[in-house]
Parts: sequence; structure tokens; C-alpha cells
Amino acid sequence: MTTISSPVLHRHDVLIVGAGGAGLRAALEASDGADVAVLSKVFPSRSHTGAAQGGIAAALGNVDDDSCEKHIFDTVKGSDYLGDQDAIEVLCSEAPQTVYELEHLGVPFSRLPDGRISQRPFGGHSATRACHAADRTGHVILHTLYEHCLRKEVRFYSEYYALSLIREEGSVEGVVAWDVVHGGIHLFHAKAVLLATGGYGRVFKTTSNAHANTGDGMAMAYAAGIPLEDMEFIQFHPTGIYKLGILITEGARGEGGILLNGHAERFMERYAPSMKDIAPRDVVSRAIYREIRENRGIGGKDYVHLDIRHMGKKKILEKLPDIHSFALTYIGVDAIREPIPVQPTAHYAMGGIPTDVDGRVVVDDKGTPVPGLYAAGECACVSVHGGNRLGCNSLLDIVVFGKRAGRRILTDIGGLGMPGPAADVADAVCLRIEDLLSGSGEETAAGIRSLLQEVMMFRCSVFRNEQLLREAQADLARLRTRYAGIRIMDRGRVCNTDLIEAWELGDLLSLAETMVAGALARKESRGAHFREDYPDRDDENFLKHTLVRKGAEGPEISYKPVVITRFQPRERTY
Amino acid sequence: MERCFKIFRFDPENGSVPLYREYRIDVQPDWRILDCIHEIKWKLDGTLSFRRSCAHGVCGSDAMMINGKNRLACRTLVRDLKKRGVIRIDPLKGFPVIKDLIVDSDAFFERNEAVKPWFVNNDRPPEKERLQSPEERDRIDEPTKCILCGSCTSACPTYWYDKAYLGPAALLKAHRFIFDSRDQAGEERLEILNDLTGPYKCHTIFNCVETCPKEINVTGAIAELKMEILRSRLRKKSKSGR
Ligand SMILES: Cc1cc2nc3c(=O)[nH]c(=O)nc-3n(C[C@H](O)[C@H](O)[C@H](O)COP(=O)(O)OP(=O)(O)OC[C@H]3O[C@@H](n4cnc5c(N)ncnc54)[C@H](O)[C@@H]3O)c2cc1C
Ligand code: SF4
Ligand code: FES
Repeated sequence: MTTISSPVLHRHDVLIVGAGGAGLRAALEASDGADVAVLSKVFPSRSHTGAAQGGIAAALGNVDDDSCEKHIFDTVKGSDYLGDQDAIEVLCSEAPQTVYELEHLGVPFSRLPDGRISQRPFGGHSATRACHAADRTGHVILHTLYEHCLRKEVRFYSEYYALSLIREEGSVEGVVAWDVVHGGIHLFHAKAVLLATGGYGRVFKTTSNAHANTGDGMAMAYAAGIPLEDMEFIQFHPTGIYKLGILITEGARGEGGILLNGHAERFMERYAPSMKDIAPRDVVSRAIYREIRENRGIGGKDYVHLDIRHMGKKKILEKLPDIHSFALTYIGVDAIREPIPVQPTAHYAMGGIPTDVDGRVVVDDKGTPVPGLYAAGECACVSVHGGNRLGCNSLLDIVVFGKRAGRRILTDIGGLGMPGPAADVADAVCLRIEDLLSGSGEETAAGIRSLLQEVMMFRCSVFRNEQLLREAQADLARLRTRYAGIRIMDRGRVCNTDLIEAWELGDLLSLAETMVAGALARKESRGAHFREDYPDRDDENFLKHTLVRKGAEGPEISYKPVVITRFQPRERTY
Repeated sequence: MERCFKIFRFDPENGSVPLYREYRIDVQPDWRILDCIHEIKWKLDGTLSFRRSCAHGVCGSDAMMINGKNRLACRTLVRDLKKRGVIRIDPLKGFPVIKDLIVDSDAFFERNEAVKPWFVNNDRPPEKERLQSPEERDRIDEPTKCILCGSCTSACPTYWYDKAYLGPAALLKAHRFIFDSRDQAGEERLEILNDLTGPYKCHTIFNCVETCPKEINVTGAIAELKMEILRSRLRKKSKSGR
């Protein structure tokens, strides 16, 4: 085995890690006045933003009466009052302009007969607010942003895998990365680093997330001593295709689809009398699990039916073509004629790297920034989603805050120095890679990963309690030990996906630990975090954000207050 | 049930020659081919390399040749293939192989960039959205479905023998903008295409249509481009004649 030779050096004003919607929107903005490079472990157009189906929320009022005010309130309520209201105001007030801007960039939105952007109802939104391009909204936004980055000659490093942050005396000065195709360590020095690495649904067994969604950016920040916020809040989307987890957009229910249990009963009428099937996701996912637990799954099994047959063939093929094709391809169900078997699927991380409304990473309750470090998109926690994200608010989040982060970087960059290339910053990383490549243990990454995914699925998903979480904690400790004895079969450098998977698994383990720690400490139920042993929301003790830091003995928990401006917490019913 | 997979292997670091390796695994009829090669990689042979991400046919990472036809491994189920015999997997044809099923797609993406693949409209944008009728929007529905998986270009015999040819995917991308009622750089793009590298190279073999996982009528789009180039020439002629 050869040792890893000395790192290749690169310098750019701005380095963006991640080429999903958040990273690309930031790149587009920052390239107005700086030399921008984007690093991505998959080719940009393959980022998971491309999988977003349903739409992007904005109070355009094209279909019915709507206002930013209503959007703000829906989002605050949807968050179970854990979202920061100042940030939510920014998100929703900038939404219409953001969508118009996307349209001006060429995004091919679906249209109303009069030529304006088409909108449809979505879960937890009190007006018809989801702007969409059939059921491929994320795909067209991702492609459009990528194309404009090409126009502006943004430098892309595709299939480079960021391994760790270079952190010197408190500030961040770049990233150490691995060239996945050719093999080898690269050092990227930059005045500003933006993390836009997306979510980590792959920590669960059943998920709508891509294989690449392993939360690397969050784990990199955590490893560098930066706290993570609200990690116990994970959204389970109610309608994943049975067993596969592939998403059936909420748009299907927005367009009139309904959920049925084993008695062909429209059970959501019992759980959310006014919003019914388009209540927010935490509510619907819990309802589905309750039905299943009480033996009202289909044929007593662990799924229910999503029925869109009454929409009729024409409307299904026009509004939900991909959904129709997914069900047909993967489970042989023709949604025009039969209901689709569905079950909740791990979907979205509300928590992540704490930032202010300009993408600056802040480490405490005083808003102390880390000079040179920014974050945006699903890996960040602004926090606009609080305890539960509303559908279509994430595409909005990534574009609004991606842009704001890009703009803020341009403002800050004059004051940020270009660090000198300290040669030894990559040493520790090189050693870890060497270790992984030469490990002679018995364990495989795939084996440990599938155990991890089961532990999280069965002990830390929709219903949680003290005992399950303690068991999860013990399981994770055991898996952590086993991870140290990992052996990688592929000993080469070129396209060593075996190595990448092993590194990703380390990240997933860290994030799982933060999730369980946060969930254990939060002895209440709020949004997507539901404790059977503490089934009520407890504003007196827990109307606050969790911060989890890496300590010598494992995750350390502290809290910071929620920003409440106009809406005092009220009981949340739908 | 047990199935045998015969997979193309090449390791550039071993100075070895390309070869096929056979793997026997238990599979279910509803497994994706991606599940099968993951099973092989995760349980039998960690050195097997391929790209993948979304696992449901929307990101375009895992186009490969399965039983002689370009398909997405994550959109092809075991039951979609013939019931018996080996399942053979090769990298995309016409692209240089880097390792195993991973090909070098740089040239593919460069061609895509050659057609100015970005929306152009230099008018001051209105306060709200630009209007576009549902019919005008429909005109570009097919090409906006493209996930840049490379299957079509890799299946095109013209592309195999003539690397100057832009190939179906890049032409489709040009089509997406040329026929967008809001775009203003159509003429410029037609100019780029009115060249020996453009749609005139297409011999309407239809391999691209047959292989496209998004069922896009790529050949039809190329034919429309040919017509549009002619129309553009006539437009210019009548202008200069006046
Ligand atoms: C199936 C599905 C449907 C959805 N539908 C909707 C919807 O309709 N509306 C809505 O609002 N939201 C939706 N969401 C949520 C939303 O799509 C995502 O939250 C959002 O797209 C995330 O964007 P992002 O830019 O933060 O990350 P991503 O798009 O996931 O991009 C992450 C980027 O980081 C890169 N990266 C990661 N790790 C590394 C590393 N170590 N080194 C280098 N690069 C790295 C990746 O290559 C990628 O480019 C959906 C989510 C899913 C899974
Ligand atoms: S046109 Fe079809 S085959 Fe060609 S790159 Fe696009 S999706 Fe793939
Ligand atoms: S893995 Fe995304 S298309 Fe197959």
C-alpha cells in the first residue's frame, strides 16, 4: 500500500461545500463580487434538491386570497412555536420576491390558464401556496441554478468529498477534501467557507433521502467544536412508498388525495377535523402509526392506503406524473386504478448548524459568530422550521437563506484574511484515511450502517420514550466501538467508494449520538419529537432550542432561548 | 431466488486488463438492480465501484448497460429482465471507463455547456412573474425532464464514431431553451447548432428515444431543431432581402 502523498493546494475567496439549491443559490450571489468555488461529492445536478417534488411556498395569492402574514403564522404554528419568529418573518416576507426571481431566472413553473404561476394546497398551509413545476419542482430549480452558475463561470470541483474544516484560532480558513475520482488529499484555503451539505435521512432504515444524504457538513462542524441545534427534531413524511421509503409528495393530498386505513375509513377526520389529510406532517405521521398500532393497518400490516383515484386519469398524469410512474415502476401499483400502500419515511432534519438570518454560524445564545464560517440549507438551523417543517418551506429556505448567505459573504469578505497555507493542517486527516485504508478488523461499514439504521428506526423515530432512548444510547456506544475495528476491502485510491462509505458512516454515528442525546434531554412532546412518557408540550421548561456540543465524554447539552416576537404559544390543533 | 450477475471490472491501479466477474446472490423479483449491486458490494466484494445517489430515478447517477441496454440501475427491477440466465452489467458505452462501472463523463458535460445551457432574457423583468400560457409551458415540458444521465448520448452510434457531435442530450438541452417562449437567445443557440456538430449529424436511429429513462422523445426534439434552423435561415434571408 502506498502512503498518501502531500496534499494539493487550492485558493479561492469563497469555498462552498455542497451544490444543492442552497449552495448554488449562494454561489450565484457571491460570484457577483468574488472568486467562488463549489465542492460537491456528487455532480451538482445530482444533488438531492433535484428530488423535491411538491413545490415551493410563497404567498403569491394567484389562486386564492393569501398574505405573508398568514404564511408567517402558519409556519410559526407548524413549528410548534419552536421556530424563531424573526427568522420566519424574513423567510415568508421574502418568499414572493424569491419565487419571482426564480421565474425570471427561467424556472419552468406550471402555469394557470392566465399565464401566472400555478399554486396548489399543501400540508399545514392555510392558503393555496405551493408554487410548483408538475411534481418536479426541485429538479427544475436545481438545474436552473446550476445553469446560471455555469454562465457566471463559478468553478466546480465535482466529486470532491469534504472531510474536515480547517479551524485556526477560532476562525475557519478552509476545508480538507478527498478527490473521489483520482484519490488524494486536497487543501482548499478560503476567506469564507459555506456549508450547504444537506440532510442526513440515511441514519434511518426507511427514508426518502438519497444515499448521499449522510449529514457530512453537520458532522464536520460538530467535530470542529461547533454546537448543533435541535438535532432531536427529525421529520417523518407520512407517505413513503411501503417498504421503500420513496416519497409520494404531499401535493398528492394537496390535489385531493386521501388516506384510508384497513377499514377503508378516512381516519384523518378523527385526528385533524378541519385540515384532515393535509394537516402538518408530524400530526399525520403519528396518526398513521396509531392506526397501525391499533391494528387498523391494511390487512393488519404496517401500512395504510393513499387514494388518489378520484382525481381521474387526466389530472393525475398532468399534476402528478412522476408519482404515478414511481408507484407503477417500484410496486406495480397503477394509482389511477388502485390506492398506493404508504408508511411514514424519514425525510427532513429540522436541526443543524446554528446560523443567524445571514447564514453566519453562531455558537451560543449571544449570537457569537465563527469568523469565516457560514451555513445554509438543510444542514443549517436558522431556525425557521422549529419542531416541525411545513411542506414547501424547505425549497424556500434554501433559496432565501442561500442567497442571503452569499450576499453576507460578499459584505464580510473584505475584512476576512486569506490564510497562509499551513502545511500540517491535513496531517490528522491523512492519518485517519491511512488508518481506514489499512484497517485489519473484521467489521464492515455496510454491516454497522444497517444496524445503526435499525436502531434509529426502532428506538428513535416517531414515538420515543426514556427506555427506548437509553437502549439506543447503549447500542450506539457499542456500534461506535465496532466502528473502530472496521476493514475496507478496497485498498486503492481511484473511485474508492468503499472508503467514502466508511467515512460517511462515522458522520452518521456522530449525528445519531447528538439526536439521541437531545431527545433524551427533551422531556416533553413538541412537533416531530414525541415522547410517550411526556406526551404534552411543556413551554415552561422546554420552549428553548437544544445545543449539543462534542465533549470529551460524548455529547454535551445546553439550551438557548426561542425568539418570540408576535405570536405567543397557543394550543396547536388542526 | 439465486441469480448470477456478470459484471465488467477494471481497476486502473492494478495494471490489470478489463474482465468480467461473476457473482451469485439471492435476490427478490422486486429488487432494483441497484439493490443487487449493493448486495454484492456490501456483502461480497467491497471493491466493486459504481455511482448512485437518489435510488429512484431522479438524479441520473447510475446509468449503465444492463443486459445490453442502457438503463438506470435504480429504475430497473429484477422482474423487468428476462427470467433466466445471467444478468450482465457493463459501463456506459462510448465513454472512457475509469473504474468498473464508473465512466468519465467530462466530455458529456462539456458538450452540454457548449449550447449555452442557461436562460437568457435581457428585458427588465416585470415586478411579478413573466406570463407564460400553459400551452407555451407544455412546449418545453419534455426537455425539462432530462436528468443528464447520459444514456442517450452513450447509445448513439453517431457519437461513438464522431466525438465532435454534440450528442442527443446536449441538443435536447438547447431545445429546452430555444422553444421556451420567454427565452431570447434562440438565434444565438441556433447559430451554434448550425454547424457540423449539431442536429444535422443525427441519422434518426432512435436509440436515444428507446433508452431514455424519462421517456423523452429526443429524436423528435432533434428533428424540431433541424426545422427551426431552416426557419431561422429563412427569417434572416427575408430580413436581409428587404
Ligand atoms: C424526496 C424529497 C422530496 C422533497 N420535496 C420537497 C418539496 O416539494 N418542497 C420543499 O420545500 N422541500 C422538499 N424536500 C426537502 C428539500 O428538497 C431539501 O431539504 C433541500 O432540497 C435540501 O437542499 P440543500 O441544498 O440543503 O441540500 P442538497 O440538495 O441535499 O445538497 C447537498 C449538497 O452537498 C453536497 N455534499 C454533501 N456532503 C458533502 C461532502 N462531504 N463533500 C462535498 N460535498 C458534499 C452534495 O454533493 C450536494 O451537492 C424534499 C426532500 C426529499 C428528500
Ligand atoms: S434525454 Fe433521457 S437519456 Fe438523455 S440524458 Fe436526458 S434523461 Fe438521460
Ligand atoms: S441513483 Fe439516482 S437515478 Fe439512479
